[in-house]
Amino acid sequence: MLFWLITGILLLFSFLVDPDKSRKAVRIAYQRLLAIFPSLLAMLILVSLVLYLFPQDRIIFYLGNGRKIVNIIIAALVGSIAAVPGFIAFPLAGILRDNGISYTIIAVFTTTLMMVGVTTFPVEVTYLGKKVALIRNIIGFVIALIVALLIGLYFGEVTL
Amino acid sequence: MKKRQTKGKSRFLKNLYWMGVLVYFIYLLYSWLFQVPSGREIGQNLVAYLLTMGKILPCSFILIGLFEVWIPREIVEPHLGYQGGIRGYILAIVLAGTMAGGLLVALPVSSALYHKGARLSVIFTFLGASAVVRIPMTLFEVSFLGVEFTAVRWLVSVPLIIISSLFLEKYLSKEKFGIK
Repeated sequence: MLFWLITGILLLFSFLVDPDKSRKAVRIAYQRLLAIFPSLLAMLILVSLVLYLFPQDRIIFYLGNGRKIVNIIIAALVGSIAAVPGFIAFPLAGILRDNGISYTIIAVFTTTLMMVGVTTFPVEVTYLGKKVALIRNIIGFVIALIVALLIGLYFGEVTL
Repeated sequence: MKKRQTKGKSRFLKNLYWMGVLVYFIYLLYSWLFQVPSGREIGQNLVAYLLTMGKILPCSFILIGLFEVWIPREIVEPHLGYQGGIRGYILAIVLAGTMAGGLLVALPVSSALYHKGARLSVIFTFLGASAVVRIPMTLFEVSFLGVEFTAVRWLVSVPLIIISSLFLEKYLSKEKFGIK
């Protein structure tokens, strides 16, 4: 709500100073939103499906089973596909922690969750094109693995 | 001839996309009418996510519009462009950290910055940081996983994001690349 208030005040202020410019700003906002509508719709559909296919209890189940190295790969894949908003992701990470899941796994899961987005991919492609969107997501995936490795070393879960 | 082929291909993909959307909504309607649990749950997810986005997106785009008309290129370019140096990356990370909405908002913002003269590596840093260092989310992370976890994650991921952004910029400088 605060966000709406701030936007409203700025817009009002803008209209008082220069109505023409402000009308142009609103037109830009409308046109840009319309331009990404198809990819936004694709994203909405993907999110609704992914949330259905990967509910919380299933995520906990996937991350808590099997051998370590396999677990890291699974956590990275689930994190890349899952569409968990930030304010749910960390309580979920807390639950994972309480279930005895290692920091390494949690790090790879939360980092891929944030840096790799299968559901946001259609929107990313409209802005950056297929190739760069793909490169960016692969980089995110690799960074997540490195982060997890170093977190594992730091917490003494991974030994060289 | 080749142009016509790619045109045909993109039209085919477009049709496929709209057919998928149609099938999806028919399934939702069918589930809603005949009480199919899977479809109803998917529908609920859709509505919930639509509401979350509806709260953030219109405002974000209006702010982007205001940015476009009020902030001249002369202000953005010296800080986030090639003359900006290290300051550009720091600004990008601070901006990303204080912004709400994640990638969905960061993408249109980065497009606006790009057209005002921000360099690509700063933009890729901004996009990467908007995923990793968001302050409100980080506070949450600290309370659930502890300061050390967050500190290590930041210290590792931020330099990697900057380095990979520089490489990506260098790679793309050889091709015709632009952000829409």
